[in-house]
Amino acid sequence: MNAKSTKTALKHIRRSPYQSLAAVFIMMLTFLSISVFTFIVFGSSSVINFFESKPQVTAFFKDSATQQNIDDLRNQLNQTGMISTTKFISKDQALQIYRAQNKNDPLLLDLVTADILPASLEISTVKIEDLGSISDILSKSPYVSEVVYQRDIVDTLTRWTNAVRIIGIILIVILTVVSIFIMMTVIGFKVSQKRDEIEIMKLLSATNWYIRWPFMFEGILYGAAGTLIGWFIATAGLLYFSPYLESFLRGIPIFPVSPLFLVGVLLGELVLAVLLGVLASSLAVLRYLN
Amino acid sequence: MIRFENVTKQYPTGNTALDDVSFTIDRGEFVFLVGPSGSGKTTLFRLLIHDALPSIGSIFIGDWDLVNLPKNKIHVLRKNIGVVFQDLKLLRDRTIYENIMFPLEVGNIDSDEARQRVEGIIERVGIADHREKFPIQLSGGELQRAAIARALAFSPEILLADEPTGDLDNATSWEIIKLLQDINEGGTTIIMATHNADIVNSLRNRTLVLEKGKLTKDHPGKHKKAEHTHK
Repeated sequence: MNAKSTKTALKHIRRSPYQSLAAVFIMMLTFLSISVFTFIVFGSSSVINFFESKPQVTAFFKDSATQQNIDDLRNQLNQTGMISTTKFISKDQALQIYRAQNKNDPLLLDLVTADILPASLEISTVKIEDLGSISDILSKSPYVSEVVYQRDIVDTLTRWTNAVRIIGIILIVILTVVSIFIMMTVIGFKVSQKRDEIEIMKLLSATNWYIRWPFMFEGILYGAAGTLIGWFIATAGLLYFSPYLESFLRGIPIFPVSPLFLVGVLLGELVLAVLLGVLASSLAVLRYLN
Repeated sequence: MIRFENVTKQYPTGNTALDDVSFTIDRGEFVFLVGPSGSGKTTLFRLLIHDALPSIGSIFIGDWDLVNLPKNKIHVLRKNIGVVFQDLKLLRDRTIYENIMFPLEVGNIDSDEARQRVEGIIERVGIADHREKFPIQLSGGELQRAAIARALAFSPEILLADEPTGDLDNATSWEIIKLLQDINEGGTTIIMATHNADIVNSLRNRTLVLEKGKLTKDHPGKHKKAEHTHK
């Protein structure tokens, strides 16, 4: 690419600003959607990973359960050979955890004491398929008031994530196809306006690449501009809503979002935008070069 | 230098533009191509610059076999053939200087060298005063000079001029002919399509006559350089 080709591409844009704006706008919509769905999919994957890495079954004990009852149950579980780790959380420890999680909310701290929080046992299994058996043993114990089976949460989250992913992919594919057609129309119109010049260029020994490049560069510019704007809006939205999301997903360490992740998303989108720009402009120019 | 061997060009519409045409043109010749409208003159030029391919027959320019020329060599061929198109094909939104510079930009010639070349050509064809004007601001003769100047940008071995005096008055036509003669004296082979019998008869150059796509006559001219054949 030389400076002349770049100048020619910028001249094309300057001479039909509204068409150029339409092309940038549709690319912006496409990449805004891609950014938002990327954030959702990565965020939900992180949440799932967090739950999967936590003890997978938690048994909450009745107040009547003694330490001996709890130790007996713990031994019974260890003898099954399915257990990876067990961790006992006493009422006092539960209160400390509660206080740490709600340190910014004095009203909630005042209302709760160690007495109303149950002691619990967090259990991880060696194999995920053993969770059901362990859960059954715990449910049958007369000292256990409730069994929270983390696998249910993970399964639900996985189902939601997959649904979001499928909807996202369908939406992104539709927007991508639409943006390719709109870019093809915009660039194709400009090519048709310049068909006499293209004919003269060919007769004056221009290579196809010489003719094609300014239009391809134009497509790349639309793609890059749309990507930058779309990514900026999505990222600004993510950063703006981060405090609310952080409060909602309390305890799950996905905030603050890594700047490296955001830059990685931007770079990936720019590569995709360049490919889309090149594809759309190549298709638009093709018929005039044959 | 240029060799047509039994060339027939039939368009998809069924129209036969050239019918079994054979001739040879030597380096440095100045040849007139005459014939009524639709006789195949422009088609012959299109074949020479590989803007169309013959339906039957072979065309050679020097060592180039145009029928079997790879696509990626077409632009190289076209650098060796300057063309003054019948409708000039000057770009309306560029100045005369930019129009003459255009093929050099397209050919990726170094900008300093391109500027030097354009300056030299502009002086040579006598339009130095019009370099910053746009085509719409020039007269017919000046436009023809600009088109000739652009055709000379690559210092081609062959210059094709399609009716370069078509819309010009007599005096201006002779100025253009004088310019083409000067270029020919510099060693460039020229083929000029024309209807102007006055010019053809006065110069008595070699003349190829096309009628309904057939080469009906090949007058050797007063300065015959070689034996020419035709069918």
